[in-house]
Amino acid sequence: MAKYLLLKHYRGAPAAVNDVPMDHWTPEEISAHVQYMNDFAARLEQSGEFVDGQALAPEGMWVRYDGEGRPPVTDGPFAETKDLIAGWMVIDVDSRERAVELAGELSAAPGAGGKPIHEWLEVRPFLAAPPTITECH
Amino acid sequence: MDEVLLRSLTPSVLGILVRRGADFAAAEDAVQDALVEAVRVWPADPPRDPKGWLVTVAWRKFLDATRADAARRRREDLHEEQPPPGPAPAVDDTLQLYFLCAHPSLTPSSAVALTLRAVGGLTTRQIAQAYLVPEATMAQRISRAKRTVSTVRLDRPGDVATVLRVLYLVFNEGYSGDIDLAAEAIRLTRQLAAAIDHPEVAGLLALMLLHHARRPARTAPDGSLVPLAEQDRGRWDTAAIAEGIGILQAALARDRLGEFQAQAAIAALHADAPTAEETDWVQIVEWYDELARLTDSPVVRLNRAVAVGEADGPRAGLAALDALDASLPRRTAVAAYLHERDGDLATAARLYAEAAHKAPDLAERDHLTRQAARLNSRLRR
Repeated sequence: MAKYLLLKHYRGAPAAVNDVPMDHWTPEEISAHVQYMNDFAARLEQSGEFVDGQALAPEGMWVRYDGEGRPPVTDGPFAETKDLIAGWMVIDVDSRERAVELAGELSAAPGAGGKPIHEWLEVRPFLAAPPTITECH
Repeated sequence: MDEVLLRSLTPSVLGILVRRGADFAAAEDAVQDALVEAVRVWPADPPRDPKGWLVTVAWRKFLDATRADAARRRREDLHEEQPPPGPAPAVDDTLQLYFLCAHPSLTPSSAVALTLRAVGGLTTRQIAQAYLVPEATMAQRISRAKRTVSTVRLDRPGDVATVLRVLYLVFNEGYSGDIDLAAEAIRLTRQLAAAIDHPEVAGLLALMLLHHARRPARTAPDGSLVPLAEQDRGRWDTAAIAEGIGILQAALARDRLGEFQAQAAIAALHADAPTAEETDWVQIVEWYDELARLTDSPVVRLNRAVAVGEADGPRAGLAALDALDASLPRRTAVAAYLHERDGDLATAARLYAEAAHKAPDLAERDHLTRQAARLNSRLRR
């Protein structure tokens, strides 16, 4: 089994095919989208491949250490940040092919006009723990 | 086996162990072990005296653990003999436990976790699931909390307000996981109300019951939020409403108003209205005025602006909103709502989208996005 992170971006991914902001869909289209996402997660739980899913607020901040005895420096949020993560799903699957297949399904979630968004998702493999048996690889 | 009944015995059993001389942390572990044992044994062999059974088993677990822990830290003779059982003033024990678990030296998250375990009798795993953190994390949080309060003496009454804040936090956390935290908070507040006669305890219990009563109508079948005005009031739990209003009226009659009674009064006015249009907004504004005097919270003033918008029209609501800090959470959502009521759909749609962008949770974000979408669809026509 291998774990993969499916990353969804607010900004920074290549443009989707059906690229209409959500507040310009109809309420019914939003409901259909939310339903699709819930069903997708439920199906992965059923198949034993779901690990975690979280959504992130669009606005955060940058923080860094500012030296002994001083409070950390904070900055942002920056309106011009290019890459903005919207949320993620972690899956635990048998193969890279399966990870790609699932990301494809997620990207097919319906959007404006009830048509698939064809949204680009970033798929990143986890760096796993070293295997116990190393001789045969 | 009734797990809730079993858990309701937790605080008094724990209180008895502590009074027999067991330190709080060890006693709490022993009671948890006894609860686990009860779940295993009782279905086949139910005891005649469940509480006596739990005390006996928990005390034995405590002695075993203490012995195993070695005599190097405690003198054996203290624990050799089982003290005479004798009935205990269970109410006081329960109350002292609430105070201990909500002790001001604890952070809110620690107080919540410790209360759910030591007073509520939930397992660490259940609490971890409810708060969506790993079990090991929750176990650490609880054991640190126990260490923090281990030096607190149980001989003085604590501050009821700290206990109420903890229970309020539990209730507000909602319904994730197997454990229904809202129902659990109601159970614990009910138990507290039985142990102490205090109008604010009654006020909080009434507030919880009145909000819990709306729960069946709060979400659509697809999981989306249904705002108060659009809820199917036929699905509100009338028994819970009647109980909440009864408790609130008895508390208010004592003329010691506090913030929970005032919040419950607002919830009761909503519950009283057969339809959203018949809501007595004028009285609700008056209660918000009371609440603002009691708490001076910006959130209260924000909610007051909504009520003013309903009582005196959206322009009056927007004027009330003007005085509030622009960075206040949900202010933009309220502004969007008032602009829509005022007929300015374009501004409302823009503000709903902006509010969705800042929403603190997914359900609210989806709800606000839907509002923006609804108005944008109308504007396109």
